Amino acid sequence: MAGQPDLDKQSQPAPLTRREAMLQLLRVGGVAAGAGAAGVWLSRHSLRPVPSLAEQARRDHRTSANPQFPHLTVVQGGEPRALVQRALADLGGMQRFISRQDVVVIKPNIAWDRTPEQAANTNPEVVAEVVRQCWQAGAKRVIVTDVSCNEPRRCFQRSGIQAAAHAEGAEVILPDPELYREVDLGGVVLKSWPVFTPFLEADKIINLPIAKHHSLVGVTLGMKNWYGILGGQRNRLHQQIHQSLADLANFMLPTVTLLDGYRILIRNGPTGGSLEDVVLKKTMVAGTDPVALDAYVAKAWWDLDPEHLPYLHMAAARGLGTVEYDKLPVKFSQLG
Amino acid sequence: MPHSRLPLLRRISQIFFLLLFLALLIFTSLRPVPGATSDIHLRAPVRLFFLLDPLVALVNALASHALYRGLLLSLVILIPTLFLGRFFCGWICPLGTLQHFVANMPSESKRGKQRIDANRYKRWQTGKYVVLIAGLVAACFGSAAIGWLDPFSLLVRSFGLSLLPAFNAAARAVLLPLEHSPIAFIKNSGEILHSILLFFVLDFRQPHFSQGLILGVLFIAILAASLRVTRLWCRGLCPLGALLGAVSRWSVLGLHKDPAACDKCNRCLLSCQGGDDPIGGFPWRKSECLMCMNCVGSCPHSSLQFRFFRNEKEVASPDLGRRRTITGLAAGAAIVPLMRANTGLGKSRHERLIRPPGSLDEEDFLSRCIRCGECMKVCPNTAIHPTLDQAGLEGLWTPTLIPRIGYCEPSCVLCSDVCPTGAIWQITPREKGWVVGIGTTEGRSVATSQPIRLGTAFYDRGRCLPWAMATECIVCEEWCPVSPKAIYVQEAQVIDSAGNTKTLKQPRVDPSRCVGCGACEYACPLQEHPAVYVTSIGESRSPASQILLNRK
Repeated sequence: MAGQPDLDKQSQPAPLTRREAMLQLLRVGGVAAGAGAAGVWLSRHSLRPVPSLAEQARRDHRTSANPQFPHLTVVQGGEPRALVQRALADLGGMQRFISRQDVVVIKPNIAWDRTPEQAANTNPEVVAEVVRQCWQAGAKRVIVTDVSCNEPRRCFQRSGIQAAAHAEGAEVILPDPELYREVDLGGVVLKSWPVFTPFLEADKIINLPIAKHHSLVGVTLGMKNWYGILGGQRNRLHQQIHQSLADLANFMLPTVTLLDGYRILIRNGPTGGSLEDVVLKKTMVAGTDPVALDAYVAKAWWDLDPEHLPYLHMAAARGLGTVEYDKLPVKFSQLG
Repeated sequence: MPHSRLPLLRRISQIFFLLLFLALLIFTSLRPVPGATSDIHLRAPVRLFFLLDPLVALVNALASHALYRGLLLSLVILIPTLFLGRFFCGWICPLGTLQHFVANMPSESKRGKQRIDANRYKRWQTGKYVVLIAGLVAACFGSAAIGWLDPFSLLVRSFGLSLLPAFNAAARAVLLPLEHSPIAFIKNSGEILHSILLFFVLDFRQPHFSQGLILGVLFIAILAASLRVTRLWCRGLCPLGALLGAVSRWSVLGLHKDPAACDKCNRCLLSCQGGDDPIGGFPWRKSECLMCMNCVGSCPHSSLQFRFFRNEKEVASPDLGRRRTITGLAAGAAIVPLMRANTGLGKSRHERLIRPPGSLDEEDFLSRCIRCGECMKVCPNTAIHPTLDQAGLEGLWTPTLIPRIGYCEPSCVLCSDVCPTGAIWQITPREKGWVVGIGTTEGRSVATSQPIRLGTAFYDRGRCLPWAMATECIVCEEWCPVSPKAIYVQEAQVIDSAGNTKTLKQPRVDPSRCVGCGACEYACPLQEHPAVYVTSIGESRSPASQILLNRK
């Protein structure tokens, strides 16, 4: 340093004053005491990290049965919006399910990077109409979300659901990797799993699946749609798929289910891709009994008995509904 | 206009182009926009700086005997340089701007006399011409490897694959505790900050790139070198600077020195960027000058001015000399044949070298790929990574898919949209052909020609759950995006450890249908070493790498 005097030529330095020495001691002593205290405090808090206990979080949004209305309704022969309107009207109108000031989360299937014509995701017009009716019923917030399999930004855009839901004023939430909460699903095989937070914070949940072929199960209908609330390593669920489906259905009980059968994928599901795999069915099946709904569609469209779909019996055994849909009041309507 | 205002104008231009570069780089990504369901393309012209780069155009022309789409635009830079000199380096180039900024920071080793001395012309500055000559000769031999040193390749690679992902990680590390704060005010401001950053800078998901660390460290080292020697990179290494310097020998704009007014105060040397001897008594070196105008602004006697059509003593061409020229020529001529005499390109290609969809056959690919990393930056699944040894030394930092990290999204063609040189030829989702009838509306699907294939999937039956462990799975089959699926299942009776007979579905691959997207490998529950994996055999770009005699 340029300004420093030459050390050799400096005279003998003056001894420290008592005051300076005391201050120096105080400073050093303070640092030593602080380090000691911090060390002791930290070492007392050294515990083996234990994963925080997942919250008990069964979500029961079921609507109580009303003898006035059927448990299941099948509407045929209309455009997507008309199908939704009729199905909801048959079930008693959206106001039966949604109350004023409700936070409604709508769960379509937005799993794949596919266009509506390819029928791998829920029809965007179906989503739009449900959003519109939620607002009409006085909802406070209407959220549309799903945890996609393919790249979510592409899925949300190319499914047409982002645009359609936005146009009706819904909040569209992409599955942000940071928005998950570890919860206890309380299942037989599904215990602690990360669940996408909007599904945990909803007042009402509307399930909007699409009916598709699926190699492992045979079909993917309403209950399989709950895969899309999970984060984490869900590719393990296939190992015990029926038990997993029953566990999920027992965790998430929707307010109402509207199954999109406008176009259905009959081969190469659940991804499809070719328009050859798609059948224009122009149908919607809606209801308050998720087990009966899946059982009906499996039998009516794929000729699969509940015996081929063990998850239906597992769900029925837990009191989530009945596989004997033919013993329920079911309404059939034909449009146009 | 008074000359002293020029440095200010230059600064404005530099900041503008730096911000433009960063903005375009950030927009080199799939951003959530509500819109139509049709094909997804980027709206911003994210390749702009590469299109303006005459080095990329020249190498592309030499190596491929054609100019890829848009590269003609580089004449916008090249032709003005013929008249005006290296204004691009001083006024536009973002890498130059960053070094300019770092060089201005106070540094122990760059004061007064040392600084003046450091800014005098040095013979090592001819190094960049040797690099350029070697690169151009290598291009004639069919390699675009000069992209390792092209300033925009360097910038996109370093920022896109290293610095921006690092910023992303840092921002999330700071934001996450804020957003989980029990204090409402901190929590809310954290959330607001997060959504603002998410809109402007942050990625939807934290990106990870192989070699990200080394790319970042190299870049920081290049910038840090400017603390010692101003713009060390621009003066001694940059092949684009060399090209522009060589071209500017005919320029009609030049530095006019008034010898009568100059009292050799050396002030012009204090902030000289190019090391081109603006001081009186020495000839001005045209090919080194970056036209930064600092000397004009700093001369107390106004004895320096840039003027058109001067007649003054100057050194117009680089003082390369015969020996250095020959060194460059020899290096360029030797390096490509040497690398190609090795195995790799000719024989025994790496099985995991999976090029993005639309890539040309390997030889054409290497003649075009400038290792810029645009394809890696834009990939929404961060599936594409720079190679280390998979493509041989020659292919260092060229793109390869790592399906374990990300698979190729069936209808996505963004990498082919952003490739500036046609190494990944621009394709449409229909040409990619993984989804039959894509883009058609309600009408019947139109059969396309053969799909683009990246490779073929294979099963490791020793690890696959239904094959080896009597456990149901076939997630791979669920994810397979082609129709009919390339993965088909067969029911089989297996015996589990308790001796029970179970019926379950075992997956197999039909190689005539598999496109090598890697979705199966990505989705396999055996993450660290998937039981189904893609290798490059069967890739449609390479006639020499096929399995089947006849494909359906």
